[in-house]
Amino acid sequence: MNGLGLYFDVAHLLAGGLVLVSFMMLYQFRMYALLNFYAVHALVLSASVAWQALIQGAPHLYVTAGIALVFKALIIPVALHRIVQRLGIHRTIETVVGIGPTMLAGMGLVALSIGVMLPVTGSADILAREDLAFALAVILLGLLMMVSRHNAVSQVVGFMSLENGLVLAATGAKGMPLVVEISVAFSVLIAFIVIGIFLFRIRERFDTVDVQALDSFRGERR
Amino acid sequence: MNALLVQGSQMLLVLALAPLLTGWVRKVKARLLRRRGASVWQPYRDLLRLLRKEAVVADSASWLFRVAPYLIFSAIWVAAALVPTFAINLIFSWSADLIAIVALLGSARFFLALAGLDVGTSFGGIGASREMMIAPLAEPAMIMIVFTLSLLAGSTQLSSIVAYMIGPEVGLRISVAMSLVALVMVALAENARIPVDNPATHLELTMVHEAMVLEYSGRHLAMIEAAASLKLLLYVSLIAAIFTPWGMAAAGQGLGHYLVGGVAYLGKLAAGGFLLALFETSIAKMRVFRVSQFLSAALMLGLLAVLLLFVSRNL
Amino acid sequence: MNLVPSLSIVAALLALGVLAVPLAPRRGGSALVYVAALLLTLAALAPPVALLLAGVDAGTVARLSLPLGIPWLGAHFRIDALSAFFLVVVNLGGAASSLYSLGYGRHEPSPGRVLPFYCAFLAGMNLVVLADDAFSFLLAWEFMSLSSWALVMAHHREPGNALAGFVYLTMASFGTLSLLLAFGVLAGPEGAYTFEQIRSREPAPLLASLALVLVLLGAGSKAGLVPLHAWLPLAHPAAPSQVSALMSGVMTKVAVYGFVRIVFDLLGEPQLWWSMVVLALGGITSALGVLYALMQHDLKKLLAYHTVENIGIIFIGLGLAMAFRANAMGWAAALALTAALFHVLNHSLFKSLLFFGAGAVLTATGERDMEKLGGLIHRMPRTAFAFLAGSAAISALPPLNGFVSEWLTFQAMLVSPQLPQWGLKFLVPAVGALLALSAALAAACFVKAFGVTFLGRPRSERARTAREVDGFAVGAMFALALLCLLAGVLPGVVIDGIAPVTQYLLGGRMPEQLSQAWLSIVPITAGRSSYNGLLLFAFIALSMVVVITAIHRLASHAVRRGPAWDCGFADDNPRAQYTAGSFAQPIRRVFGTLVFAAREHVTMPSPGDMAPARLEVRLRDPVWELFYAPIAVAVGFAADRFDRLQFLTIRKYLSLVFGALILLLLVLVLWAR
Repeated sequence: MNGLGLYFDVAHLLAGGLVLVSFMMLYQFRMYALLNFYAVHALVLSASVAWQALIQGAPHLYVTAGIALVFKALIIPVALHRIVQRLGIHRTIETVVGIGPTMLAGMGLVALSIGVMLPVTGSADILAREDLAFALAVILLGLLMMVSRHNAVSQVVGFMSLENGLVLAATGAKGMPLVVEISVAFSVLIAFIVIGIFLFRIRERFDTVDVQALDSFRGERR
Repeated sequence: MNALLVQGSQMLLVLALAPLLTGWVRKVKARLLRRRGASVWQPYRDLLRLLRKEAVVADSASWLFRVAPYLIFSAIWVAAALVPTFAINLIFSWSADLIAIVALLGSARFFLALAGLDVGTSFGGIGASREMMIAPLAEPAMIMIVFTLSLLAGSTQLSSIVAYMIGPEVGLRISVAMSLVALVMVALAENARIPVDNPATHLELTMVHEAMVLEYSGRHLAMIEAAASLKLLLYVSLIAAIFTPWGMAAAGQGLGHYLVGGVAYLGKLAAGGFLLALFETSIAKMRVFRVSQFLSAALMLGLLAVLLLFVSRNL
Repeated sequence: MNLVPSLSIVAALLALGVLAVPLAPRRGGSALVYVAALLLTLAALAPPVALLLAGVDAGTVARLSLPLGIPWLGAHFRIDALSAFFLVVVNLGGAASSLYSLGYGRHEPSPGRVLPFYCAFLAGMNLVVLADDAFSFLLAWEFMSLSSWALVMAHHREPGNALAGFVYLTMASFGTLSLLLAFGVLAGPEGAYTFEQIRSREPAPLLASLALVLVLLGAGSKAGLVPLHAWLPLAHPAAPSQVSALMSGVMTKVAVYGFVRIVFDLLGEPQLWWSMVVLALGGITSALGVLYALMQHDLKKLLAYHTVENIGIIFIGLGLAMAFRANAMGWAAALALTAALFHVLNHSLFKSLLFFGAGAVLTATGERDMEKLGGLIHRMPRTAFAFLAGSAAISALPPLNGFVSEWLTFQAMLVSPQLPQWGLKFLVPAVGALLALSAALAAACFVKAFGVTFLGRPRSERARTAREVDGFAVGAMFALALLCLLAGVLPGVVIDGIAPVTQYLLGGRMPEQLSQAWLSIVPITAGRSSYNGLLLFAFIALSMVVVITAIHRLASHAVRRGPAWDCGFADDNPRAQYTAGSFAQPIRRVFGTLVFAAREHVTMPSPGDMAPARLEVRLRDPVWELFYAPIAVAVGFAADRFDRLQFLTIRKYLSLVFGALILLLLVLVLWAR
């Protein structure tokens, strides 16, 4: 039991850490801090995936971990940093609702995902169970991040953290083929590029990256 | 009889060590700022000097103002004596569990805030009002930490929690890590340490704890200062006992074990004080109304820790 | 066990109420009535106390039916452990408030409006607890409501009181209606109206749920559950202070009795979601109640809102008990129910005490507005001491009693992971956070209440010249403060006293407390958790004595009086002090913006302008706006539509009646088929 115990404990620690970093991202006011936390998020994810690779003895997962490390923890944050710099929006993020209510909602989401996942997956292996629960929580928190921020860049970050949750779910479920993994990673990368271009286009048009501006363009109220 | 003796020595130990810890933190902070700093024994000298001075009491102060320091000191002293330092399962350790210890500190805070309001000055009021803003956020966070730990250990008794944490059952759990972070945040707020309040100044920006005790002098001030030191010691020992329980003796194990426990305890205090000083010198104080967010983050961590308990093994 | 003494005391109280009408205008008449009420309530304490002390023998039940009321039903009365416990609460509160009124009642401008209803009110509350059939229960309930309504309206010329009376009457009628319907559902078509018959029936799950909702509405509106609390902070302060104490401290407990009696005793097996509803309502009620209280600057209103908080805490305990009971965990349910009932007793003690204190302040200064008080500790030292004890107790500070019941509630919460349902596993810690939040906010609230009213410097001439109140009032307050301390340091006595109740309702009980070593209390097992208020109290007292003597002997005991230092900027004007509003400002900013949509608006005069700066604070009452305002609009709309019915011709009226008759006949035909 003790050998498995250590395996389980570290996996649990890393997956839980991912949820925690998601929460910390919700708590951030400033753009750069948010990006840094996104990098940490990806770092924890890659550590978690690597650990899974070790436990499951699945070497292809190391590739996934590597992709996460290189793309998500290094390239994307650096790129976003530059975008933010060029857009000149490193000020405070304006949130739709306050930090407190957002985190309360996040708490509710974590409870929800645990409550949904654990009873449903009762027969599955304990490791997969808790990985799935955590992954769902990370996904929901990423969505929450996207809906609770006006700023397009922070929405992008929310989307990326959501994708991290997907990867966590996939690795926990044992046996996602590498091809799928890579294609997911690339699709996200492409999405990132598209959104990045999109961002600049918005800015050119509206002089802001506040997506509320789009609403007023469409003639909607607020 | 022996058991009573050990309990009594713990009570005296915390009393004797509390000013030393404060002096140690100040010394380390000074050294980190490349100052020489006062000797670590300076708090003792301050206390003795204050005790010998006459007390100046404002005309508008009532009896409550004069009784409160003793009451606050006693409540915190009793609470500090109930936290395991070098040994667990002392004879009176079961008379109050962790919730009761938190509530005892709440009693001390209640009377401190009242004492701040007693003279009827604006500074006393500002301190009391801010303290009572911080407490309602810190206390639920603390209770959530208590929930996490006692759900894990199956007990709210500190001794049982410590015994559980020494044991092999605990494992690496994200909940424990989260409650450690949350507990540190709560401890910083409760002890008026830097990101929340600055214990070293009377600047208005940092006026929470210092503003409340502004009118105190002489032996009353000595009591308040000693109580503040004791509270710091209490939180450091609490964190040390729960999260680094190594070396702790069990009651009735004999003198050798107690000595080992005592030395380990001193080491933990020194390390804790050093880390606190390091943290305090590397961070800036936050605006008063950021404190609420800081503490609600602690509360969220606590709640999250409880929630994540349910996905960890065997609970 | 015999019911005759209790019922004769009720009859005597009623007779006393009648006698009070001619006695009231005379000199010494009101004192006579209050002495009689005091003696009667004290006497009424004896039978229930005897029953509870007799131990856990659940069979100690006495019944009596009298040929009163509806001929085929009669009036049934009964005393068992549950009613005995609540009889103790009712009559303890009644006795304390009668003692208090011996002095306080002398300042009553119109005793004729208070005395008869006061006695009737006491009798009504006793009767509710004793009733053993739906008809007598509802009759007594309504009797209690109406007599307390008359007391609320005693000073009907004061501004605001008429509105308070109106809102109270509306809500009370609504509550009684809900209870009436609940009993209708429980009694079923065959009309089984005695509690004995209801107990033996097994209502269908859907009907039972309907009954639960109705009981929550009926008893919850009387107890002050959010969002049904709206009348409470209006009506409780409007009544004379001894009655405020009774309404807040005791009548809300009678409402809790109604809830416990119906849900735990009559309704049969609980369903799981009931407990979730009750838990969530309790958590919300406790947090919202104390936040409302913090925003108040009227001392009695603050206390009334704070009652809402405590009702929330009680319902958290009840919800936990329901959850454990639904999962057949009798011992845990007993723990949670004990916590709730302990809090019932505690709250009746300290809330009465605090209302007495507020009444004393009111007589001494004529002020309820805290912004005009201050410094009363110098002028009214005894009242201040008693109020301080009550404030400390209600803020759940050890070693007083408020802490014990909250501690027990927390202990019950810590059992919740053993529940199999995920919803409950998550809900209970969240409610625990709310409970801790409201406990800490309660401390802030009472630092404000005590600090602004009694400490500092007087903010008005009336506060400067206040005088201590009479001996009876002080005696009543000190008696209650002593009881608070005793229940805090010897909680085992109370817990063992509650054991027969849990034994009767749940078939389980907490471990016997008085046999524990050192008189500790142990909720489950000694290894799990224990608490010893007596030892803590002794430790704190002892170390205080040691420290004080040591310092005064060895160091210094010299005291010099001087002006306040205040960082060298002492301002003699008492207006420079913190006020109640400024004390609550940080909390308003942290919590109020979310809950009350609080907005602050500062109008600064331009430089050189001598006009004062103004700070305006706007608070919105979410419950009122989300809940009552739509109802009021809907009722207004409906009333407008129905208004037309007043102006019809006779022919149209007749056709309406005719149509209704035909409709009923049609229903009958269809039903019979």
